[in-house]
Amino acid sequence: MTNIPETGRNPRVQIRLVVIQVLVLSLLGTLGGRLWYLQIREGDAYAKEASGNHVQQVVQPAVRGSILDARGVALADNETRLVVSASRTDLLKMRDDGKAVLTKLAGVLGMKPQDVMEKVRLCDAQTPQPCWNGSPYQPIPITDEATAKQALQIRERSEEFPGITAEPEAVRRYAAPGQANTAQVLGYLSPVTDDEIQQAQDTDSPYLRSDQVGRSGLERQYDKALRGKAGVTRYEVDNLGRVIGEAESDAAQPGDNLVTSIDARVQRIAEYELNEAMKAARKEFDRNTGTTYKADSGAVVVMEAKTGRVVAMASNPTYDPNAWVGGISAADYRKLTGKNSNYPLLNRAIQGQAAPGSIFKVVSTSAAVEAGYDFDGGYDCSSSYSVGGQVFKNFESANYGSINLGRALEVSCDTVFYRLAHEEWKKDGGMSGKNAKDYFYKAAHQFGLGKETGIDLPNEVTGRVPDRQWKQDYWEANKDAWCKTGKKDGSYVEKIAYENCVEGNKMRAGDAINYSIGQGDTLVTPIQMATIYSAISNGGTLYTPSVGKAVISADGKSVDEIAPQSHGKLPISRETRDKMDAALAGVATNGTAAWRFQGWPQDQIPMHAKTGTAEVYGKQTTSWFATYTKDYSIVMTISQGGTGSGASGPAVRNIYDALYGVSDDGDIDPKKALLPTPQKTLPKVKTDGTIAAPKISDDPVKDQQATDEDEYAPIDGQEQGATVGNQDTGNRQTRRRRRGGCPGDRRRRTRRMLT
Amino acid sequence: MTGANSFQVSGYGPERAGWTRVFARDSVARRMDWPILLAAGALSLLGTLLVYSATRNRTELNQGDPYFFLFRHLLNTGIGLALMVAIVWIGHRALRTAVPLLYGASLFLILLVLTPLGSTINGAHSWIKLPGGFSLQPSEFVKLTIILGMAMLLATRVDAGDKQYPDHRTVLQALGLAVVPMLIVMLMPDLGSVMVMVVIVLGVLLASGASNRWVFGLIGTGTAGALAVWQLGILDDYQINRFAAFANPELDPAGVGYNTNQARIAIGSGGLTGSGLFHGSQTTGQFVPEQQTDFVFTVAGEELGFVGAGLIIVLLGVILWRACRIARDTPDLYGTIVAAGVVAWFAFQAFENIGMTLGIMPVTGLPLPFVSYGGSSMFSVWMAVGLLQSITVQRPMSA
Repeated sequence: MTNIPETGRNPRVQIRLVVIQVLVLSLLGTLGGRLWYLQIREGDAYAKEASGNHVQQVVQPAVRGSILDARGVALADNETRLVVSASRTDLLKMRDDGKAVLTKLAGVLGMKPQDVMEKVRLCDAQTPQPCWNGSPYQPIPITDEATAKQALQIRERSEEFPGITAEPEAVRRYAAPGQANTAQVLGYLSPVTDDEIQQAQDTDSPYLRSDQVGRSGLERQYDKALRGKAGVTRYEVDNLGRVIGEAESDAAQPGDNLVTSIDARVQRIAEYELNEAMKAARKEFDRNTGTTYKADSGAVVVMEAKTGRVVAMASNPTYDPNAWVGGISAADYRKLTGKNSNYPLLNRAIQGQAAPGSIFKVVSTSAAVEAGYDFDGGYDCSSSYSVGGQVFKNFESANYGSINLGRALEVSCDTVFYRLAHEEWKKDGGMSGKNAKDYFYKAAHQFGLGKETGIDLPNEVTGRVPDRQWKQDYWEANKDAWCKTGKKDGSYVEKIAYENCVEGNKMRAGDAINYSIGQGDTLVTPIQMATIYSAISNGGTLYTPSVGKAVISADGKSVDEIAPQSHGKLPISRETRDKMDAALAGVATNGTAAWRFQGWPQDQIPMHAKTGTAEVYGKQTTSWFATYTKDYSIVMTISQGGTGSGASGPAVRNIYDALYGVSDDGDIDPKKALLPTPQKTLPKVKTDGTIAAPKISDDPVKDQQATDEDEYAPIDGQEQGATVGNQDTGNRQTRRRRRGGCPGDRRRRTRRMLT
Repeated sequence: MTGANSFQVSGYGPERAGWTRVFARDSVARRMDWPILLAAGALSLLGTLLVYSATRNRTELNQGDPYFFLFRHLLNTGIGLALMVAIVWIGHRALRTAVPLLYGASLFLILLVLTPLGSTINGAHSWIKLPGGFSLQPSEFVKLTIILGMAMLLATRVDAGDKQYPDHRTVLQALGLAVVPMLIVMLMPDLGSVMVMVVIVLGVLLASGASNRWVFGLIGTGTAGALAVWQLGILDDYQINRFAAFANPELDPAGVGYNTNQARIAIGSGGLTGSGLFHGSQTTGQFVPEQQTDFVFTVAGEELGFVGAGLIIVLLGVILWRACRIARDTPDLYGTIVAAGVVAWFAFQAFENIGMTLGIMPVTGLPLPFVSYGGSSMFSVWMAVGLLQSITVQRPMSA
């Protein structure tokens, strides 16, 4: 065609049309680029967001595993409670957001409508408790204490209560079988915190918002096994939360059962005897302070000597662990943790530490033999030992003249050990201590003191061996305070501070001497001493104490036994062990504990014991009693409770009586024996999850006492006049009789000599 | 093209002859712009699937019939096609004479919306409910009449050879013609349509060869007008919120930002090939409101991915590219202006619609041409295609 456009189209229009075309293309290009950015570059992030959008989880909590005693009796299990829950998604579909239904429900449950509404509202930054902080797709529990009648009302008229369910649900229960409380060993649960959820998010066992987590004791130690795995069903939902499909579903896996070595009956007796011993001690007069003993806390450990397994572990003061179930009330929490509570949550068997007193002498004896002193040599048991003008008295015993180490243990002669420790201290170079051998301190470490035993309970404390290193560290931490308050000619406290300021980092002669009889800065826990006396019993192996014995799956198919483990050997030869063993038997037959084991069938069941009375500055003495047979070792302590044999003796004897079925006159009745040999077999968990457990009486203590009463009725009658008063049952009178059942002159003598 | 021979249609023979004539050399069919027709048809069919995917579960909308919107969309497309054929048959030049009538009719309809006969959907009072569940959105047709009316005024003297460019008087008249319906639409208020009309006016002025002063003046006035509207508080709260949500996408994702947020999630999650038709979780779960109409692009983004959503942009590109060619190749200014007006309309409306789903434009209630569900929109865009085809068909054959 011709070169001129037909209408004489001018170039301005043509140029502008090109501009329009370029503009249009750039707009489309922008869209394409943005599309590429969203779908290709950021596509994965949006895909994730989209799946979070439309997938909602509904959680079926796993049933927590039970904690069983050695024979299968449940110490902690679950009980079924009727839980009334509301489905928020159902309520929101109603015109008034379910207000009418909730109000009606409040009427049935006898609650205030306001309270019910608050329970189902969702937590956020502005909403104070109570509110629901779980998933809004989860049924929200309104009460777990519905009665059967209330549940029936709701279920029968389900059309009147849309979105409301009343279902039985598992709730933790600490049943205290045979009144064995076992509180501190079992521990407790409380709801998971946000931090914990965050931390566990990417691990193989993430928490759910509704989870309860073990906070102490076995519940905490074995939390992962006990917890099981919650079932999760993922639903695809639309924008209104309506379910449009089920994405995937994992069934809940119930938690494993934990079989412990605890025997509920022995546990009950241990708890009862500990409490009775403390009550008795509070009636005893303490000459040093001029008041009765406070006996503010105590602990007892019953251990299998050949495995380190704990048969019973009691701590006093104690509490009811059921206080934690379903959320602890503020008042209860104050009661358990407040200043005046005396901290019943503490497990004093592993968290209470005190100077050991004379039960430490087995360590000193070993150290002396290791240092080269002959066990059978002659050592002067004088009435006192003086160093540099300072006189160290023989608290324990009279002047026995020259005796061997075995006899020194039997009569708990302090001066023998003073002398040996002082001699070694001098050999080690005294205060300077260059190239010191420090046999006495090394032995303590070798016996496992100054560190955790490794028991399968959380927050065990280490105790303390006051060796040179510790003295240096302690001095450096405290010297500023000491040097500030210390005065050379001030009060007693000021003088001590002054001395500490000047030479507190040095091992002084007096430190070494005090240390040799378990006084001074040494701290031990009952579980450490039980481990040591078990080791002496079993020939020298330090077994790591354990409470857990096996983890058995809920269907009983998988049994994971927890084998006893040792964490060392005692640094003594077989020969020394045997000699110490004989000496400790002597303590029970004709030493400081003999009066507590009168009538004990020593031929059939050789008993070994060591008493201890530790002095604590500003407080009353700590009572220690460490004992063992060939199968068990029992260690008991009472803070501010008096002497070892005096305060703790009867209780320990009574526990042994129950274990072996021994009566006061020494007869052994195998039928009455609770556990003459440690429980070997594990309880059977059937495939349906039920557990074959023997019946346990309402209170094993009463069974034991009933036995005693039958056998000792005549004697009982004789002594009734002296002990009646506030006693109301024959059983208790029997107890009293046995508690005070030794000649009065002997009691006075024992109180004179601190053990 | 005249309708004269329609009277001869009787019996077998002439009909057959007419059929052959359609495909004969120099025939209408041969001279039609097929790329535009095919692209528009493809978009409409794709739209049918997307609209179906978005509505098959929305029982509250589809009255229990999952195919309700599918059939409606097909029906609308069919009517649109018929309207296109009718316009080609009549011819854009012939329509020129009818412009005053069409303009008057569209003015009457949008005024009718302001009376109690009009009804409100999504905050815009821009609908007339018709019996049988149908409704009419007259502002869609106003876009057409503005293009035709302005083109008529601006091109008449130039095409007659009197002037090289439209003079100021003519431009003023043309602007006046556009402003009256725009003001009425703004009262509805249908801000999106007003924006489209402003762009149409701009495109028309550009193509008419009107002096640069008018072009820049209009851009300036448009900006000032937007500011004034903002400052004077003529906007409703929901409109301000939409802009706020656009400026800050993180703002209130459950409230005003919900729409754009969910739309972006839907499109972004599609990735390269999408989740497959009918398998988008955002779509199935109905997380994106208005998904069959204004947000239909999100269905493509999620279920067909970059490939499918890109195809929509490409198809729109084909239409716009061809329309630009038509504007440039048309000898008469009237045809050029009409084609440019359609380009400006489609380009801006598509950019605004897709842009808002991608989060680069604020949310306004504009349908995506051919794809979105909606009769009035479908009819008007197919009528615009008819105008483009008519311009092509009536162009003198070159070589």
